[in-house]
This record gives sequence, C-alpha cells and structure tokens, in this order.
Amino acid sequence: MIKKLARSIREYKTSSILTALFVSFEVVLEILIPLLMAELINQGIEQGQMSVILKFGFILIGMAIMSFIFGALSGNFCAKASSGFAKNLRKDMFHKIQSYSFYNIDKFSPASLVTRITTDVNYVQMAYQMIIRVAVRSPLMLIFAMVSTFIINVKMGLILLIASPLLLTGLLLILRFVHPQFKKVVKEYDDLNNTVQENVRATRVVKAYVREDYEIEKFGKISDQIYKDYSKARKILAFNSPLMQLAIYSCMILICYFGAKIIVDTGGTTLNVGELQTLFQYTMQILMSLMLFSMVIINIAISRASAQRIVEILDETPNISNPENPITKVNSGDIEFKNVSFSYTDDISKLCLKDINLKIKSGETIGILGGTGSSKSTLISLIPRLYDATSGKVLVGKKDVKDYNLETLRDSVAVVLQKNVLFSGTIKENLKWGNPNASDKEIERVCKLACADEFIENFPNKYETYIEQGGTNVSGGQKQRLCIARALLKKPKILILDDSTSAVDTKTDSMIRRAFKEEIPKTTKIIIAQRVTSIMDADKIILLDGGKIVAMGTHSQLLKTSEVYKDIYTSQTKKGGKKDA
Amino acid sequence: MPKEKSNKKSNSAKRILHYIFKSHKIQIALVFILIIIASVSSVSSALFTGEIIDYIGKIMKEGAEFSGIITRITIMAIVFGAGIIASFLYNLIMVYISQGVLKDIRDEMFAKMQKLPVKYFDTHTHGDIMSRYTNDTDSLEQMLCQSIPQIISSVLTILFVFAFMLSISIYLTLVIIFFLIFMMLITKTIGGKSRKYFIAQQVSVGKTTGYIEEMINGQKVIKVFNHEQQNKDGFDKLNEELCFNATKANKYANIFMPIMQNLGHLQYVVIAIIGGLLAIFGVNNISLTGLSVITLGNIVSFMGLSRQFTMPISQVSQQVNSIILALAGAERIFEMMDTPAETDEGYVTLINVEKDEEGNLTEVEHRTNIWAWKHPHHDGTTTIHELKGDVRFFDVDFGYDKEKIVLHDVSLYAKPGHKIAFVGATGAGKTTITNLINRFYDIADGKIRYDGININKIKKDDLRKSIGIVLQDTNLFTGTVKENIRYGNLAATDEQVFEAAKLANADDFIQRLPQGYDTMLESDGANLSQGQRQLLSIARAAIANAPVMILDEATSSIDTHTEKLVQDGMDALMHGRTVFVIAHRLSTVQNSNVIMVLDHGRIIEKGSHDDLIKLKGKYYQLYTGKLELD
Repeated sequence: MIKKLARSIREYKTSSILTALFVSFEVVLEILIPLLMAELINQGIEQGQMSVILKFGFILIGMAIMSFIFGALSGNFCAKASSGFAKNLRKDMFHKIQSYSFYNIDKFSPASLVTRITTDVNYVQMAYQMIIRVAVRSPLMLIFAMVSTFIINVKMGLILLIASPLLLTGLLLILRFVHPQFKKVVKEYDDLNNTVQENVRATRVVKAYVREDYEIEKFGKISDQIYKDYSKARKILAFNSPLMQLAIYSCMILICYFGAKIIVDTGGTTLNVGELQTLFQYTMQILMSLMLFSMVIINIAISRASAQRIVEILDETPNISNPENPITKVNSGDIEFKNVSFSYTDDISKLCLKDINLKIKSGETIGILGGTGSSKSTLISLIPRLYDATSGKVLVGKKDVKDYNLETLRDSVAVVLQKNVLFSGTIKENLKWGNPNASDKEIERVCKLACADEFIENFPNKYETYIEQGGTNVSGGQKQRLCIARALLKKPKILILDDSTSAVDTKTDSMIRRAFKEEIPKTTKIIIAQRVTSIMDADKIILLDGGKIVAMGTHSQLLKTSEVYKDIYTSQTKKGGKKDA
Repeated sequence: MPKEKSNKKSNSAKRILHYIFKSHKIQIALVFILIIIASVSSVSSALFTGEIIDYIGKIMKEGAEFSGIITRITIMAIVFGAGIIASFLYNLIMVYISQGVLKDIRDEMFAKMQKLPVKYFDTHTHGDIMSRYTNDTDSLEQMLCQSIPQIISSVLTILFVFAFMLSISIYLTLVIIFFLIFMMLITKTIGGKSRKYFIAQQVSVGKTTGYIEEMINGQKVIKVFNHEQQNKDGFDKLNEELCFNATKANKYANIFMPIMQNLGHLQYVVIAIIGGLLAIFGVNNISLTGLSVITLGNIVSFMGLSRQFTMPISQVSQQVNSIILALAGAERIFEMMDTPAETDEGYVTLINVEKDEEGNLTEVEHRTNIWAWKHPHHDGTTTIHELKGDVRFFDVDFGYDKEKIVLHDVSLYAKPGHKIAFVGATGAGKTTITNLINRFYDIADGKIRYDGININKIKKDDLRKSIGIVLQDTNLFTGTVKENIRYGNLAATDEQVFEAAKLANADDFIQRLPQGYDTMLESDGANLSQGQRQLLSIARAAIANAPVMILDEATSSIDTHTEKLVQDGMDALMHGRTVFVIAHRLSTVQNSNVIMVLDHGRIIEKGSHDDLIKLKGKYYQLYTGKLELD
C-alpha cells in the first residue's frame, strides 16, 4: 500500500529528502544548545566569568540563528513536499478515474469518489507531513538526547532508558484501545450525516407524512450513540497527558535524587550542577519526542483507512481498454448482435440479457420498447462498448467492437444517455463537447435538428446562456433537446437515444424524428421510448421483456403478431378513459 | 458592518458559554479549580529544581544535611502527584462537558430543522445546511475539546510563571516582557500572512471540489463523448492552483514554530548574560519578596521559567485561529436555530370515528378509515363532522416571495370523490397549488377551505395527515424496503405492507431483490431504477391510506403499461376519495373529473376531457400535439 502511494511523490522527492535533512540538522542543534547552556551555567555563571558567559552566549545566539534557518528551511520544503504529494495523489486518482469503464464507475458511488479525492487525500497529506518532519525528528531527538545523557552520566541515562519504553508502551496501549473506538465513531458519524442529508432532501416527505418526531427520535438515537462512544474514546485519550506527566515527573524526581546524591558524594567531580540542569532538559526532550512520536502513530492510524481507500481507486483496473493494433475507422452503421448475453456481475445466473441475436443495417431506424427493468438501456450500452458482453459478440460496421480504438468507436456511436448531464458553462460550450471545432453554423444546424434552436434564440444571451451545474436553469424537455444536439454534433454513424425525449411534447418529438429521417438518413438510429408514437414509424421495433427479445417487426407486423404490443398501443392511443364516468 | 459582525461573534460566544453553563455549572467550576492545580504544579517544577540545585550548593559549601534534599523531593513528588491527578480529572470532566454540549446543540439543531418551513430548504443549498452538521460542528468540537482547556491552562500557566518570575527578579522579568511584545508582533505579522493564504487555499479547495463533484457525477457522459483529456486538463489547472496556495499557507504555518522556539533560545541567552551580570556585579535584586542578592539558583530557576513561558504563548496564538473558525461555525449554527419555525395556530384536529346506523359519529382511538374533524368553538362546545374531502380555493394569490406573485386568482373546487388534474407547462404553478393545500407554503391572499373549514384553522400535522402525497422526487430513506413502505403508516403489519406493494405493482420487483422486502436501500435507493423508486413511494402513500391524495408526477418514470396497472390499483383504493393529479402525459389524466389547464399561474381552462376537447382551446392543442408542453 505504502509503495503504491509513494509512487505519487515523484518530483517532490527532493523536497521530501531535504525536509528530513534539515530537520536532522535542526535536531542536532537542539541537542547541542542545552549542552552549551549547561557549559554557560557551569563555566560562566557559577564561576562568575563574564567573558565566558558572553562567549557561550554568542555561540548560542549563532546556533539559535542556524537552528531557525534550518527550521524555516525544513518547514518550507515540508510545505512544498506535502502539498505537492497531495496534488500528485489527486491528479493520479482523477486521471485514473478518467480511464474507468462504466463497470468501474458503477462500483463506486460518486459521493464516495469525491470524498476519496478530497477528504481522504487530506488525511494522507497530513500524515505525510508528520512523517517527513516529526517521524524524523523525534527518533533522532530521542537517540541524541539519550546518548548525551549517557555521556554526562551513565546512571542517569539508565533511568531514562528504562522510562522511555515504559512510556511508549503506555502510549501505544492507549492507541490500541482508542483506535477501534474511533473507528466506530467515524461510522456513526456517517450514519448521522446520512440521516441529516436524507432529511434535508426529503423535507417535504417528512412533513407530508408528519414524521418530524419520528425523525427527531431516529436522529436522537444516533446522536446519543455518538455521545456515548465518542466520550468513551475521548476518555481513553484523557489518559494520555497524565501518563506523560507521570513519566516526566518520575524521571525528574529520580534524577533529582540520584543526581544530588552523586554530586554530594563525589563533591561535584563526576556530575556538576550545570550538568544536572541539562539532564532535566534532556528528560523533557526525550519524553516530549516520545509523545510526538505517539501522535505520529495516531495520525498514521487515522490516515490508514484513507490510504486504503485511495489505493483502491489507483488499483482498480479499467476492464475495458484499447486492443493492440486497434481499428481507427468505423466503416458503416451496421450493427449485429450474435448470441449476446450479459450480466452486470459476471454471474451467469443473473443475466440481464439473454441470447440476443439482432441485425441492423446502416441507416435503419430501430425502436426499442419494454417495461421498467427490461434491460433496454443495457442492450444499447453494448454497442459503444460501455460494457463488454459476457458472452457472444457485438459487431459494429461488420467488425467486433473489441477490435476498435475506443475513441473511434465512441465517436462514431453517439449515445444520449437516459440520465444525462449538462455541465456548468455556456450552451455553446456544452454543445461543443460533441465537436470542439464545430463552427457556429454547424451548431445552429444541429440545434435546429433537435428542435432546440427556438428556445435558445429566446434566451437573452442565446448560445452564450450560462447553464448552471446540473442544468437546473433549463426545463427537462429543453435539457433533453440540448443533449440530443450535443450528440448530433459528433456526426455519428450510429445515434442512440435512450428515452431521450420523454419530457418533450409529442409534436416536437415527431418533428425531431422527421428531421432525423430527412437530414441524417445514413445514420443508424436506435430509439428507446415509452411512448409508442415515438417509435411507431421505425423500420424495426424490438420488444424486450426480462432481457429477451420477445417480438420484432414493423408496427403493422407487431400489431398482428404481438398481443403485448397491441395492448400497449391501444392503452396509449385509445382516446378518452371512460372508466370513471 | 464589521461592528455588527463582531457583535454577532461575541453573541455566539455567549451562547456557547450558556450551553456549557446550562447543565454543567458544577463541573465547570471543578474544571477551573483542577486546571489551576495542574498549572501550579507544572510551573513549580522549575522552582523545585532551582531550589534543589541551590540546596546542593548549600550541602557542598555549608555542609547542610542531605535529608533536606529528600524532604524537598518528597514535597515535589506530592505537588507533581496532585498535578497529575488534577490534569487527569479535568481532562475527563471536559470530555463529558464538551460532548454533552455538542449533543445538545446537535439535537436542538435537528429538532429545529424539522420545524423549519419548506421555504428555508428552498433558499439554502443542501450542502450549506449539511455543513452546519459537519464542518461547523467539527470546528466547535475542536474548540470545546482542545482550544478552551488549552487556552485556560496556557493563560493560567503564563500568569503563574509571570508571578513566579516577579518573585525571583523584576529586572529579569522586564527582559521577558520585552521578548513577549516581540513575539506578539511576529505572531501578528506571520499570522496575517498565513491567514491570507489559508483563505486562498479554502477558495481553491472549494473550486476544486466543485469541479470534481460535477465531473464525477457526469463521468458516464464524459466517457460517451471521449472528453477525458479535456477533463484532465481542466482538473490539472485547478489542482496546480490549489497546490500553490496550500504550499504558501503551510509554509508560513510551518515557519511559525521555529521562530518561536529560537526566540525562546535567544531569550534564554539574554537572560543568562543579564542574570550573570547582575550576579557578578552583585546588583541588588528587586523581587516581590523584597531586596536580596541574586543567587545562582535564582538564575537557574528563572532560566527554567523562561523556557516554560515560550511554549504556552505559542500555544495560545495557535489556538486563536481555531477559535475564530469555531465562532464563525457557531454563528451559522445559531443562525439556523434562530430562523422562525413554521407557525401553526390551528386548533381543528383530525380524528378517527365510528358511525352508527343513524349516522352519528363517535370518536375512537383505533383506525377506522372514517375520519372526522373535531372543531372546538369559542363557546366551549365541540362539534364533530365527517371528513369528506371537499377542497375549495377562493381567489388565491401566492408568491414564494412577496414581490413576485406566481399564482393569480386561483379558484377551484374539488368535490368529494373527484379526481382533479392539473396540466400545464413547467413553471405554470401546478406543484405550487398542491403545496398550498397541505400548507407547505401559506397563501398571500384569498382563502382555502377544506370541508368548509379554513385550512389555517386546522392543525398542520392533522391537515397533512389527512392528505397523502406522492412527489416526483421519490426520496427514500436508508433502511429496508419494508421500512420504507411502512413510513406511510408506522403501525402497519407486514401483511399491510405486502398489500400496499402489490397495489403499487412493486411486489414483483421487490420479490426479485436479493433479500426481498428486507433488502437494504442506501443513498436514496441508488440501487433501484427511477421507476422502481416511484413504485415504492406510491406503495408508501398507499399504506398511509389518507382520505385525500396528491399525485405529483408520481408515475413519470414508469412505463405506460405498469402505469396503467398502478393507476387501476390507486383508483380502486381511492374510490370515493378526492385525488389531485399532476402529470405530463395527458393519457394519465384523461379520466379525471376535472382538468385544470394552467398557464403562468392562472387557470385558463377547466372542465372534463370531453368538455375541453370541445372547447378547442389550449388543452385541445396540447392533446392533438399542436402545442408544446414545456
């Protein structure tokens, strides 16, 4: 996992190493400074030697300046390295997601992908910053300080040597207990946020059913649970600082006692007063660095879950990719399905499409009809290879879709998705998704084909009208027509409309279809619809049920051969429901 | 303006204090005492070491007893012990206080949110409301759990250290004050710079997150249009900008600590030199305890103290930022809590009744499917009359804000048992009318009567209970399919749930779900198709079995065949009850008793399908496809 994340450090390796290097210099100085301070007390203050005091004083000032410079440099490089690392992580993830197939996209919810690129990267960035600074600093500090105490006095060093692992064990124990508790709390926070989000979204439902008290109670339960578990976690953490103090104070007391004893016994020859003072400082330093170290571990522990979530994104292999020596031209709009079966889960017992055999000639118009959940959308998504068939073959332009360059294939097969999206930007910018080099004339032409020209011209800013995120400032029908225009701009060989005119009135709907017939006769058109009138005049109508083709033919053929088709047709077109009268 | 803002901030601070003191008075007092003990103990460690060093000198020079050291160490151990216990206890108590306060605020905020008018949710984005529960509460928590205790203890430490310093030497304390001022100046400059870039970073984060959100949600469209490369380029640009601002912001933040620390070293040296001078030249030392000669121990103690001084100061200055952040968050939380709740001055209540042969009504507790209005009068009498489902609008005007009226002079009457349909373009006011019936919004002018009662006199909850509504946006809740259907009637048995699902034609697909009725739905039923979600929300309304029903584009994503089946089921269920229907497909509303054609907030045609066809007006044009419904 760490290896995979580390790949994103790249050009920030130097900064990271420099951070660690300058941190080490800083540590060396921070160790030397108390040593010199001790000398200043011993040789200077104690002896009343002003010149010595000044000498050491200036050396100390010089060192403080150096230490400041190193500190500032390490801080600087650290900021560069950690921000850069985070940037690369975000970039790698975002770019990786761009290579995902529909199958990969379906695996992660959009909300989860967004959190991973934002929040999770933040946690990892914080941990990284900790690692290159603190995780270098505190062990170094510990070692230097420990060695220095041993140099001053072996016995005193032993006290600290024994105390350190004890403290570390204590801190790690706290961590061990607190970690699962925090994990629990994080999950509960998710529940809490989820409840709030649902309630914000569903205010009208809650109010309509008068479920306010029910929801308050539901929320209260979760918030109570959080209170309990979080308090528990914090309670465990409350041991942290007393434990630290216990360690520091006990060491101080022991050092005081033994130190005093040694000084008195030896008459100040093996240990002197200044050195004792220095020992106090090392004690603080050693124990502090242990605490910092435990904080690093906490941080790493917190970010571990995030790191995992990031690696999941990076590790996901797109299951659809370009073949070797791909074909870069689609010759015609012919489509053929040969014994195609499909399952979203690769589970053969849960097939969404079963044994589809189908031949469509270039330029034909095909209508697809079927009930909710009959796999209409699934069927057409195999044509531009949004998914791969589980078994069987899909051919476009007489060649297997798997042999094409993906970009070529998808440029030639334009799909207007059922759940379509416009992006924030002007209408023109949105349309140009279909073809970035399209001229204004071309844009106007496709808008006319999609019957969108009229309402666009009615906007004060016409083609420069700004579309809000999600296209909230145009109506459903307008949005659908813009999406059709966008797809037309690609000049595809095959055009697929997946229930793309459901919010468009019948008249406009038929106008669009007429325009298709007259203006793009060579393009193969596949139309999924719920209205029979939308597909009545197609060359071929396919009736799907439960992932199988149950009937196929022209309108008049189907009226004769298919009961179901006849039923749908009459229920939709028979005038006047006299049931209530 | 800035003054008002700072007033608001101090108000939020006061209110947070109010939450703290409300139910935790004793604990807070206790925490305060404990913090004092802990700070005294930590400050005195420097004093003790100085004392001991002095005493060692005494032993060596004057031959004092070694036992003196032991006494001193014992006292030191006791003081330290007290400090440790105190700090443990106050940390523990603070956990309960802060978590308790957070729980109170959260619960209160949520309860308040439930009572807010629908309008509040129209005028605030979901993200904005959500962030009050997440970001704002988080920063409040940070403040309560960390900043406040740390600041109290830091300030106390600073005060004690200062007092001790004064008790040792006033001259040396002056040096400290000089450095203190210097440090504060640096904090201000660096803090200002760093804040500027932190703000820039926040803006960048917002922009980048927005981009990611939009693009990830449109990822499938991006694939279909081969737009990956453009998308990467767009992202890279924002990402670079974010990285630039983050680097700057962190740089300043990272430099802060080395500056403080090394200023501390500098201060240490300066004190050593000045202290040394004072000691060598035997300058009379002035301290709070009087005049004396400065000792080696004094200087050592003072140097220890000076090191203890730097730490809490940099801690306080770091906490100030998080407190400002938390107060800004608190302000947003209180803003929501202070928003006026939905008003309800109704007094007519909805009850279940039993009807005897003569048609007399008696109130009963259990559900009878016969409802009645219980109407208390001014003279103290109460009348009960049966709910019929007669809804009338008299010259109703309405606007989401007062300047912009969107409904004009709407008059209509729905006779009991009738099916009333609304037809019109997007934005014509169809949904708005139905939202007025259950008082999601209050009308600006006119009157709405329900069975002859002004709806303002009916208790809102009871009014809403009497009206079942199925919205186009389905909004399912996390939970099992069964729980979601039961949302309409919490007391419903499993049998009733199955029945409702069958009626809504949802039974079929539910049976095919992995765990059938016990399948968990997550994030608004993301694992279901839009049509399936609508079927579930119809089942939810069916189980509520309300005397009046509103179907707002309830079947827009259901194929026409299934729609027909659902409609037959609903017709059977609602037989004899009033139903309002909004639908895009005219075939859905053809069999209504009355169809209202709306245009720009006015009813322009009304009548049955046949009447309207004969009229050859707008409806006729729509029906024959001569007019666009958009």
